[in-house]
Amino acid sequence: MLYIKCPFCGYRSQKEFAYGGDGTVKRPELNQDISDEKWNEFVYLRKSPRGKHVELWHHVAGCRQWFKVQRDTVTHEIFQTTKMNEEIK
Amino acid sequence: MQKYSIFNLIKNAFSNHEKWDLAWKDPSPKKEYDVVIIGGGGHGLATAYYLAKEHKITNVAIIEKGWIGGGNIGRNTTIIRSNFMYDDNARFNEFGMNLWRNMSQELNFNVMFSPRGIINLAHSDAQMNAYARRGNSMRLNGIDAVLLNREEVKKIIPMADFSEDVRYPIFGGLAQPSAGTARHDAVAWGYARQADSMGVDIIQNCEVTGFDVSGGKIQGVRTSRGDIKTKKIGLCVAGSTNVLADKLNITLPIETHLLQACVSEPVKPVLDGVVTFGAGHFYISQSDKGEMVMGGDLDGYNSYAQKGNLPTIQHVLTGGIALFPFLSRLKMLRTWGGIMDMSMDGSPIIDKTHIDGLYLNCGWCYGGFKSVPSSGWTFAHTIAQDRVHELNEGFSLNRFSKGYLLDEKGLGTKTWIS
Repeated sequence: MLYIKCPFCGYRSQKEFAYGGDGTVKRPELNQDISDEKWNEFVYLRKSPRGKHVELWHHVAGCRQWFKVQRDTVTHEIFQTTKMNEEIK
Repeated sequence: MQKYSIFNLIKNAFSNHEKWDLAWKDPSPKKEYDVVIIGGGGHGLATAYYLAKEHKITNVAIIEKGWIGGGNIGRNTTIIRSNFMYDDNARFNEFGMNLWRNMSQELNFNVMFSPRGIINLAHSDAQMNAYARRGNSMRLNGIDAVLLNREEVKKIIPMADFSEDVRYPIFGGLAQPSAGTARHDAVAWGYARQADSMGVDIIQNCEVTGFDVSGGKIQGVRTSRGDIKTKKIGLCVAGSTNVLADKLNITLPIETHLLQACVSEPVKPVLDGVVTFGAGHFYISQSDKGEMVMGGDLDGYNSYAQKGNLPTIQHVLTGGIALFPFLSRLKMLRTWGGIMDMSMDGSPIIDKTHIDGLYLNCGWCYGGFKSVPSSGWTFAHTIAQDRVHELNEGFSLNRFSKGYLLDEKGLGTKTWIS
């Protein structure tokens, strides 16, 4: 079981969290012409690396905040968790 | 190649079974091949077999990082079915059902295909309506589908919880009597043995380290056992597709996730076919040895771990016990996990790519095993003819950007959808 450090509540069991997918995907800017290709990239295409992965988690059974996690997809080691407005170093 | 038969079995008994031929050779890679298949799992081995058999292309190598049949063909729950609603999925998998029926004879290897049927249970009127629609759609594609009411289901699985006060009462179900199970390892070995006998080189312990691409064309592949020249590469590496695609600078509509399965201790025969719970993600069958074989949801986050975490097993078995209360008294024998290509719409991809000579076979999600023969057959056609077959034209790579999703059940990367 994962043991995730919520940046607001501290360490909690995986059962309190919901996974939110790749945290590096950015929605195309609003109020601009967006090509089909850009939409395709945003909605469907994912790198899904083997190793370090920046991803979003939701503390759904806790403070209900979204935050970023940097985790190893092979060992599940969690290196860092940050608030949404902070960068993973 | 020695034929496996009762006569050869008796003949070899006199030499204490010490003089059987090797089932397949262990060659070193040659300098050049017409086609290189990356991945020695079910799909890769089947592709090589059909390339040799249907298209007479025998200068083929299968490159496998570990040992053949060690990935998801050795880790699945062996369910074979074609109970799909969408035409593309239904035709493709029903074509595969016909290959399954003759597989043991064709491969001269007993794959123990056992068409004992599958029942998808329904737990509401709405679900019964949806199953009626799916069943009709299946029958239009020539697939056997039978809509069962509560009493008919009770005759087949009397040990399920049919009491009145359960949270998800059984309203009925949709059955495909011709669905079934097979011995998964035998499928890999059978294809490997036949492909090898037709001249395909099966090269194990050979990791792909890079690709040789120039002018938008495949020129070769770099491996831990030397460079190999080739004009055509078929990728059959479910679970590692993202890793190899990254070496080719391709980003795919696929995430890599972990799926677990488990078996209980063996018990006497209690369950004949395959049953799926309609109110959660849980499916169960009983193996020939008597173990209850069970599976369900993904672990829920990107993973290459090949071993799972406990919360998912607990969650899946909670659904199992709600359906079959007797499961609570069985001991678990083993749990294991495999890594899946989860495509964004839950359907596979068998297609050409923008790189000339690079062919993709990936995105099998929860159901790669049943598609081994049909996938191998169509992928071999796609590679040999350099164009997709009508059976796999729906599984195109560009269906995402074009908006032609094959979201049969919405079983993509997001477990909360499924």
